[in-house]
Amino acid sequence: MSEKILYSYTGIFDTPDEVTHAAEEAVKQGYTKYDVNTPYPLHGMNKAMNLPPSKLGYVALIFGLSGALGGLLSLWWVSAIDYPLVIGGKPFFSFPAYIPVIFEVTVLSAAIATVLAMLFFFFKLPNNAHPLHATDYMKKVSVDKYGIVIQADDPKFDEASVRKFLERVHAKEINAVYWVEEEITHKHKIFEPKFLTFLLVVVIITSGTTYFSLNKLMFMLPFNWMMEQQKQNPQQKSLVFADGFGMRKPVEGTIARGFLPYEFQGQPDLAGEKLINPIPISKESLQLGQTKYDIYCSPCHGYQGEGDSRLRGQFPNPPSLHSEKVRTWSDGRIFAVLTDGQNIMPSYSTQLTVDERWTVINYVRALQRALNAKESDLQ
Amino acid sequence: MSTVDYTRELSVLEGKHALRELDDLIAKPLEIKPDKKFYIALAIALSMTGLLVLGLALTFYYGIGMWGNNIPVGWAFDIVNFVFWVGIGHAGTLISAILFLFRQKWRTGIARFAEGMTVFAVMTAGLFPLIHVGRPWLAGYLFPYPNQHSVWVNFTSPLLWDVFAVSTYLTVSLIFWYVGLIPDLAILRERTNHKIKKVIYSTFSLGWRFSNRHWQHYEMVYLILAGFATPLVLSVHTIVSFDFAVSVIPGWHTTIFPPYFVAGAVFSGFAMVQNVLIIVRKIFNYEQIITVDTLEKMNKIMLLTGSMVGYAYAMEFFISWYSGVEAERFVFLNRALGPYAWAYWIMVTCNVVSPQLFWFKKIRRTIPVMFVIAIFVNIGMWFERFVIIVTSLSRDFLPSSWAYYKPTLVDGMILIGSFGFFFTWILLFTKALPVVSMAEVKAVVDGAQPTHKDH
Ligand code: HEC
Repeated sequence: MSEKILYSYTGIFDTPDEVTHAAEEAVKQGYTKYDVNTPYPLHGMNKAMNLPPSKLGYVALIFGLSGALGGLLSLWWVSAIDYPLVIGGKPFFSFPAYIPVIFEVTVLSAAIATVLAMLFFFFKLPNNAHPLHATDYMKKVSVDKYGIVIQADDPKFDEASVRKFLERVHAKEINAVYWVEEEITHKHKIFEPKFLTFLLVVVIITSGTTYFSLNKLMFMLPFNWMMEQQKQNPQQKSLVFADGFGMRKPVEGTIARGFLPYEFQGQPDLAGEKLINPIPISKESLQLGQTKYDIYCSPCHGYQGEGDSRLRGQFPNPPSLHSEKVRTWSDGRIFAVLTDGQNIMPSYSTQLTVDERWTVINYVRALQRALNAKESDLQ
Repeated sequence: MSTVDYTRELSVLEGKHALRELDDLIAKPLEIKPDKKFYIALAIALSMTGLLVLGLALTFYYGIGMWGNNIPVGWAFDIVNFVFWVGIGHAGTLISAILFLFRQKWRTGIARFAEGMTVFAVMTAGLFPLIHVGRPWLAGYLFPYPNQHSVWVNFTSPLLWDVFAVSTYLTVSLIFWYVGLIPDLAILRERTNHKIKKVIYSTFSLGWRFSNRHWQHYEMVYLILAGFATPLVLSVHTIVSFDFAVSVIPGWHTTIFPPYFVAGAVFSGFAMVQNVLIIVRKIFNYEQIITVDTLEKMNKIMLLTGSMVGYAYAMEFFISWYSGVEAERFVFLNRALGPYAWAYWIMVTCNVVSPQLFWFKKIRRTIPVMFVIAIFVNIGMWFERFVIIVTSLSRDFLPSSWAYYKPTLVDGMILIGSFGFFFTWILLFTKALPVVSMAEVKAVVDGAQPTHKDH
């Protein structure tokens, strides 16, 4: 018995008036580490115990304001800096439209912060290892009695005088409360094998379900990004047409927009004679030509047309476009190469429109001239 | 005549109660095994929830085409149900926050239950915006998070405000509810001898000790939360009304919507709370805690908000005429006389006419009658949302695209199922947690507070 460490003395009262009186007396006596336990908050008790007003209002204020400011700043950053998008012709930063969101964020952050601060910082909860737990005293004050606790670590604590004090304020059932062994030697249980196994199971289950839902579930019906739809896909059998072909031929005699027949199929020399470059040389057309050249031609012929691209050695080497031959070719002759292809160089008639082909040729001319400048270019 | 002394506050509870008796009474449903009636009720609620699951499975598998929605009526039962359930959720916070700020002590008997209903109603409501997109597992995109597309949500859209408002509302209501539950869980912890229950109660009561040094902060936090929840609850239905009011559809594009929606929400919320509470007080013998006085006060609030809603209906008509806008005029005449006139007149009878009966004290205090009136109010408020959403969409500016909307079987399954979902939660709640706040009720019993005779 004597090894037990004393936590406090407790006294119980039947009426709220008595306990209020006892609290006032405890203040007068100079106790500081004492507490009153009541089943519900009593009016006037804070005054009786002489408690300073709660500071939780400041927590709410600070977190509410930071929520508002944080909301405002992130909305501004998101819509005016990070990804500006014009929506409904409004300015990027349209404050009135942000008020609802800012308000909600303010309320949310203030409410969460205040409650967390109260529970974990002001009350130091959760704490189920407190000596008052599971005592007779607690069983009573949680229901219909009012109690006062004078703690043993109060500087004025002295068993005899505290007992006397409690008797003087007419407390019933004056009792000593001791620390229970377990509460003193209370150890965190996080390293127990049981808890570790539990953690392991949690890890396996969460990673398993995450893997399953991201890598498997998302490719099953109906989660598969609308892959399966009741519509005709290319190469699929048609249920509508009698011949069963899903892909239909255009109606006889249809001509695609912008389609011009090429007359010189397989006659590059004739094309070189007859065709005339219709695109005048201008800054814009040269620029377009450069873009197209860099995309479609440079992989083989190189950016400068010298035939030194990164494909060199891995593919029959593409010839230089600065050869005597190509320089003396007419524009129309080169056009024939681009349109029909030449040996292993494929045709570019599907990638480049007629006009684009001419702009590319203009650009090739510019490249040629840059390497083989004439005397007159120097002026 | 004036025999009532208005200077003294009436006691909240009927009769004299020992505090311990109250605890026993409130904790009883948690300590006895559920009876047959409970299981029957649960079975019904779960079967209805089964309908919801089935309806949703069909919807997700075959797509939104399973619903009656068409062009131009792109919003129908889905959004009607959403607004209806969010509205139901408003009574809880009104009771726990606004009435708390007004120091209305009669709220103590019903606050816990109403808060619980708020949480469940908002959960039910939350289903609908998710399912109406057809692919609810992609709903994460509703929240602004740094994603692989590096685009953000549209912060100027009322639909996005809704996401924020409803999720904030759910979170704050849950927090409010839980904070109120902590002392009660501690009472239960001290009461029980059951090993598992003890662990559960100890965990969730966090080791609450009824210390006055804690009560002091606790009361402060309760006040702060009430202070925040009050504008929050007003903002939520305001923002829900923006979903309509910010658009240009005739019949939606009106500034009266926010107050009108909030009044309607409180109206329907109180009706639902009243309905459920009447059943609860009967089953659990809480007649002395949830008194006829309390119910009468709720009926008065319904009378008030019901009249506000009626005024709003009249005002909408007046403004549509006064505005001189042809489309507006047409929409309102079309509501009352067009193809959906039946819905409109159901709404008017249930919402405007029936609550007016509460002018009679006799009716306000007769339980079966008020129960029926509250059911009418719920029906009427559902139809109000139906009328607003469907009539406006089905006949807007372009007569060539007008169409009549008819719900499908799946629509009906989901509507019935949403009630099942809600009531399943309610039933489980009555068996898992004290439906009346023990600590709060004890604080308002006669003689529970110091008399301050020596001051
Ligand atoms: C896939 C690589 C490849 C690409 C891309 C390519 N070429 Fe060629 N090109 C060749 C090869 C290889 C030859 C030589 C063909 C042969 O053997 O006659 C050639 C030949 C030519 C010739 C004739 C040169 C000569 O000496 O006979 C011209 C002109 C030419 N290409 C221009 C272009 C232009 C302009 C483009 C861009 C539209 C282009 N090429 C894109 C591989 C390519």
